[in-house]
Amino acid sequence: MLTDALIYLLAAVIAVPLFKRFGLGAVLGYLVAGVVIGPAALKLINDAQSVLHFAEFGVVLLLFLVGLELNPKKLWALRLSIFGTGTVQIIVTAGLVVVVGQLLGIDWRISMVAGIAFAMSSTAIALASLTERNLMSTEGGKAGFSVLLFQDIAVIPAFLVLAAIAPAKGEGALDTLGIVKAVGLIFSFILIGRFLIRPVLRYIANTGLKEVFIAFALLLVLGAAVAAQAVGLSMALGTFLAGVLLADSEYRHELELDIEPFKGLLLGLFFIAVGMSVDLNLFVTQPALVFGIASAVVVGKLLLLLAIARLFKLCGQDAAVFAVALSQIGEFAFVLIATALNQGTLSHPQADLMNAVVAASMLSTPFLFIALTRWVMPRLNRMPTRSTDVIEEKNEIIVAGFGRFGQVVARLLIARGFGVTLIDNNPNQVDFIRKFGFKAYYGDVSRLEVLESAGIENTQLLVLATDDAEATLETAKLVKEKYPKVKILARARGRTDGYALEEINIPFERETFRAAAAAGEKALLMLGESPHQAHRAIQTFIRHDERLLKEGAMHREDVKKLIDLAHKARQDLALLLTRERANAKSDTQQPVDW
Amino acid sequence: MRVLVLYCHPNHPASQLNRSLRAAAENVHGVTLHDLYHHYPHGFIDTEQEQELLQAHDVVVLQFPMYWYSTPPLLKAWQDEVLTFGFAYGQNRSLSPRQLLLAVSLGAHPNTYQRDKFAFELHELLRPLEAMSQYCGWEHRGIFSTGYEGNPSSDQLQLDAKRYQTLLEDCVAGKLPPLFSTLNPSC
Repeated sequence: MLTDALIYLLAAVIAVPLFKRFGLGAVLGYLVAGVVIGPAALKLINDAQSVLHFAEFGVVLLLFLVGLELNPKKLWALRLSIFGTGTVQIIVTAGLVVVVGQLLGIDWRISMVAGIAFAMSSTAIALASLTERNLMSTEGGKAGFSVLLFQDIAVIPAFLVLAAIAPAKGEGALDTLGIVKAVGLIFSFILIGRFLIRPVLRYIANTGLKEVFIAFALLLVLGAAVAAQAVGLSMALGTFLAGVLLADSEYRHELELDIEPFKGLLLGLFFIAVGMSVDLNLFVTQPALVFGIASAVVVGKLLLLLAIARLFKLCGQDAAVFAVALSQIGEFAFVLIATALNQGTLSHPQADLMNAVVAASMLSTPFLFIALTRWVMPRLNRMPTRSTDVIEEKNEIIVAGFGRFGQVVARLLIARGFGVTLIDNNPNQVDFIRKFGFKAYYGDVSRLEVLESAGIENTQLLVLATDDAEATLETAKLVKEKYPKVKILARARGRTDGYALEEINIPFERETFRAAAAAGEKALLMLGESPHQAHRAIQTFIRHDERLLKEGAMHREDVKKLIDLAHKARQDLALLLTRERANAKSDTQQPVDW
Repeated sequence: MRVLVLYCHPNHPASQLNRSLRAAAENVHGVTLHDLYHHYPHGFIDTEQEQELLQAHDVVVLQFPMYWYSTPPLLKAWQDEVLTFGFAYGQNRSLSPRQLLLAVSLGAHPNTYQRDKFAFELHELLRPLEAMSQYCGWEHRGIFSTGYEGNPSSDQLQLDAKRYQTLLEDCVAGKLPPLFSTLNPSC
């Protein structure tokens, strides 16, 4: 048991940073680590199935956390995309597989099982990949999530269908009773969540014992999962509902923080287990068959999802994100296949082949995401319907990005009489700005040609104000190298961006820092400090913080040092703040002034 | 007469003396008390608003602590940015001449500023403000100075506050002190 844990942790610690470093993503790192330590390769661990069962709890925790982010109101707002897009996706995918099966002369029962199994996507892989790449909040990400949610609900009818088509009719039918139970569960969740859980949470929080609170949080999730399973719903759906019901409780944040590390570790273990359960035998003996079917399924799903995306008015980048996120076959397929095997619908070789196809499809997603972010998204950003504008004017300032940040900078410069060329990579935004008489052009500034046609060589100042931190950094480096005379000013989203910009010596402004400091100043005023003193306190704070940022950037190579520095910074700040506090008190107590 | 007290203290909560004088000024009906450090903690003065205030009053009282024989920096900034060419001086200035009073608090007793004790007298140190007044054609009505060795007693504070209040009430009533008065209540 301990050696197993050692192996998992070691594999994760070696593989994940390596894959992250080469831009391949953490999910693929875990999967490959699993393949390597599993029965297929090094044979360090052989019982993949039991680990998989245990690690499935990671997915369950993930759904709980997702639920915590979505209060009932937000969930209600998603109802159309959940039920509309979700239903269409499952029925059309399953239907298509059955039709293809019929054409190939495969028994309809088998193609039916395959159809339902293949229609499912992997919640774990999709959500983890979306989160890893900051795509969860995009329209495509949201639509993807809605469909995943519907797939979890669809588990009940899926089992019904499996039982119905099973050649040997067992006691698998859960008919209306099952549905009544499920509805009953949801209502009891609402009642328990409202009237029981909250007082209990408060009671436990008041004991001040952190580990008991964590234990209770885990108990809550586990309880919801077991209850859901007992009435034939998926565990993930049960905990998701529990999460939604606690989304507006005052302990939401606390629960999130406590569950988060468990989720991360278990989800990693889950991916490792999926990697381990890949039966390389079939891949070696019948590679063409496995990869053929897998790629046919993935490509088929991709095309279908793109069509569905169009149907639900997602376009361009959002459609691509949606399609790629849901393109694999999910872990739930393993369960369905096992059930069908038990019910006698599938034979062992058939089930093995299907499992291999599922695993192969899962491995494809990280690669598809890489292709999406590296090649497809930059191209889609250019928009097929519109080519980069030809920029006629040569102004002394180029402002790239006319969002909430760039527009303030640009308006100020324009008001001071400077000639400003605005470039934005959102065509709608460009059209909108133009309506108000500003000179705005469509283009992607991370491509040097666009900047060159905007006259970068004669520009005094380039303001990089897009919210793509990576692109800002790349463009800054590129321009600095090719046009050293152009001054560059960059927008940093936060401290981390600030470090990166400081390192390559680009002046920058953090987008929220000064606004937050100003809010701090207002707070001091509201607490009765004199305006001038409050202003001085905030200025001191800003100077201190900006100095720390500069020092931190110098030591950034050495990760250990950064950790130390962060620690030191906190102590510095604590010291500074207490000193300021003490000063402020002595000011008001002793009449030192006249 | 309409009286404007421009109150300029960077460390207001710490000054017992000025807090009590200011409270006295606020007691007088017809006096507008305008706290510069309160309005411009960042030092960025709204010229237009300040000029409107001057237009709306007849008597301008500058109330400030003397720091290093001069005004606090914001009051100097106020002069630079509000008393501009065309507004306060110049042939077609829009502000007609005003009456000026200085209410200066000191870090020592006013008697300290006498030839036998110190190289300069108080009114000498405040010459720049006198010159400003002269250049704008204003009438300089004098200096109301307060200050103590050590901590003032509450009786002393009350006395000073009372005299300051009376002075301001007289101004409102149109009874201005003669030009260049030395108004030195603690002596």
